[in-house]
Amino acid sequence: MSETRIKNMTINLGPQHPAAHGVLRLVLEMDGEVVERVDPHIGLLHRGTEKLIEHKTYLQAVPYFDRLDYVVPMNQEHAFALAVERLLGIEAPLRAQYIRVLYSEIGRISNHLLNICVMILDVGAFTPYFWGFEEREIIMEFYERASGARMHAAYFRPGGVASDLPPDLLRDIGEWNKRFPKVIDDIEGLITENRVFKQRTVDIGSTSPAEAFDWGFSGPMLRATGVAWDLRRNQPYEVYDELEFSIPVGTTGDGYERYLVRMAEMRESVKIIDQCLARLPDGPVKVVDNKISPPSRSQMKNSMEALIHHFKLYTEGYHVPAGETYAAVEAPKGEFGVYLVSDGSNKPYRCKIRSPGFAHLQALEYVSRNRMLADVVVNIASMDIVFGEIDR
Amino acid sequence: MAESNFWVDYILPLLLIVGYIAAIILPLLLIVALVTYGERKIWAAMQYRKGPNVVGPFGLFQPLADGLKMMLKETIIPAGANRVLFILAPMILFTLGLIGWAVIPFNSVMVLADINVGILYLFAVSSLGVYGIIIAGWASNSKYGFLGAMRSAAQMVSYEVSIGFVLVTVLLAAGSLNLRDIVEAQKGLWFFIPLAPMFVIYFISALAETNRTPFDLPEAEGELVGGYQVEYSSMTWVLFMLGEYANIVLLSGLCVVLFLGGWLPPFHVEPFTWIPDVVWFLAKTAFVIFVFTWVKATLPRYRYDQLMRLGWKVFLPASLAWVVITAGAMHLFGWMPQ
Repeated sequence: MSETRIKNMTINLGPQHPAAHGVLRLVLEMDGEVVERVDPHIGLLHRGTEKLIEHKTYLQAVPYFDRLDYVVPMNQEHAFALAVERLLGIEAPLRAQYIRVLYSEIGRISNHLLNICVMILDVGAFTPYFWGFEEREIIMEFYERASGARMHAAYFRPGGVASDLPPDLLRDIGEWNKRFPKVIDDIEGLITENRVFKQRTVDIGSTSPAEAFDWGFSGPMLRATGVAWDLRRNQPYEVYDELEFSIPVGTTGDGYERYLVRMAEMRESVKIIDQCLARLPDGPVKVVDNKISPPSRSQMKNSMEALIHHFKLYTEGYHVPAGETYAAVEAPKGEFGVYLVSDGSNKPYRCKIRSPGFAHLQALEYVSRNRMLADVVVNIASMDIVFGEIDR
Repeated sequence: MAESNFWVDYILPLLLIVGYIAAIILPLLLIVALVTYGERKIWAAMQYRKGPNVVGPFGLFQPLADGLKMMLKETIIPAGANRVLFILAPMILFTLGLIGWAVIPFNSVMVLADINVGILYLFAVSSLGVYGIIIAGWASNSKYGFLGAMRSAAQMVSYEVSIGFVLVTVLLAAGSLNLRDIVEAQKGLWFFIPLAPMFVIYFISALAETNRTPFDLPEAEGELVGGYQVEYSSMTWVLFMLGEYANIVLLSGLCVVLFLGGWLPPFHVEPFTWIPDVVWFLAKTAFVIFVFTWVKATLPRYRYDQLMRLGWKVFLPASLAWVVITAGAMHLFGWMPQ
């Protein structure tokens, strides 16, 4: 009698799978319910963003950043705007800086809400999802009122922001900001101490700080391991060094700690938003230099020079002095960086994007091997993966 | 002479039984439709939403619209599937969801089959349910469906065991396997008070038995994308859903019969006794279904090994111990029913 050979089952999780958070395709080798090998296949959403940017003027490159991590468009524009400003040697006016910080933090809340709610949904509870999305809808409206678009804002531009905020918006953001912590309390009340949720997430996907460094973690993923590294504090940009906020950290770096860190970060963001609203100064929202930021509509009607500026800006764009720079912001998912090389022309010579999700995803096999199928799903969710930025 | 005897002896009772069955199944299907509607409304209220409110008054016709929609869809049978078993599986599940009702007493006289082993019959019917799911998962020839079916088989078998011990304590206390007698035995005191731990274990096991949150691993939206139902569409899928909901209503009804005093009013005094006993039965069942819905809106899902641990290492010893305690106490204090 011949020996029976037992072969493990290979299962294809994704690219169309509700828990894959986009177009992640995982080839899982399963021994029953236990996962022996996790093989992430990426590239299904690859659009060649970096190459496309090389053929666009600096201003035209901005909307590509909305389409990377489409959960928080403005935080990505921020990194690009900072990089271009550094090469140009300019700084956005103070009001623009506050608006940028304000919207970065609104974006952070939006991202963490989505991630936490979707993680809870993946674990099996579906009520907080609706609570969170109710609030995200309001956040989307704030985006729309500032930039005219719910998602693809193109609002943070090199030299400032696209336009000033409409009059009542700040009041509405303030009111929402006062009410919002109640929603966090509701979700915490239902989930944080829930036995089943804890059993599903505690000790799942945990890493030591050293391993987190090795895998290139940043953001909440790194802070959940106990490392208080936050670019807003460690390499302050814009007005973050003037604002008061704390950096929540975890201890074990497992899925539950990541959840807790994100919850705490939302509360910190609420504080930052409050401070921004209180301190927001008057003044211009983009640099006054019309060689970089476009003149106003009324100026164009009266001034020949303004008309020429406008024409030049929207056809040729501005030339950026030759050089290279790396600008990173603390995006909600981690360190989002733009490495920009300019050859002195009106288009970037090279634009390398460092997306946090890409670094996190590579650790998926490490934290999921010899775990159960359900743990893989928890790991994907707690890593906060969005495919727009991973595939670029 | 013999001919008239045949008609009176066989055909008439047959017609009568068919009539009874129709009188149970048609309202039951209506109730199942209403349960899906009610469930969505309850979830909506818990999630700051409105729920179905477009089709008909208060969206009441939504289940009908859904049914019609599903009927108009194409039944897709995967190329690698075993066609006969693939179609058979949802039918098995649906039928099992219905035939359990044969022995449930709606009040002291309204019961289709007043058999003396009603509880065993129900136990057998609910045990068979796992076949529908295994066949579905196996016949669809899909890895996700297969994993779902394996999970489901393990889960239903595990929790069947603890439900078995729960039933043993109840029939110890009632002294009968007949469901009508079990309800009559609760005249003074509903069993959920003296058998409180068993009541809890029964309810949790019923959640596991019907694959509901937090034990909905076989369908696990986030992992298995529907599990054993993943390849089903159109009416085959509808039969699964109907069967699942009929099962929920059945186990809720059984819960009422076993622990919540069946059709008995809470107190045998004036205002309570005015209400017909069928209404009491239905109201209590509705309450249990509401708790099912509530649990689903609140809890996350267990992982496979955690579910097994809970079933075998917590519920099984606990229910076994309680059987011994109940039996011992009854023997010691002479509470044995006559």
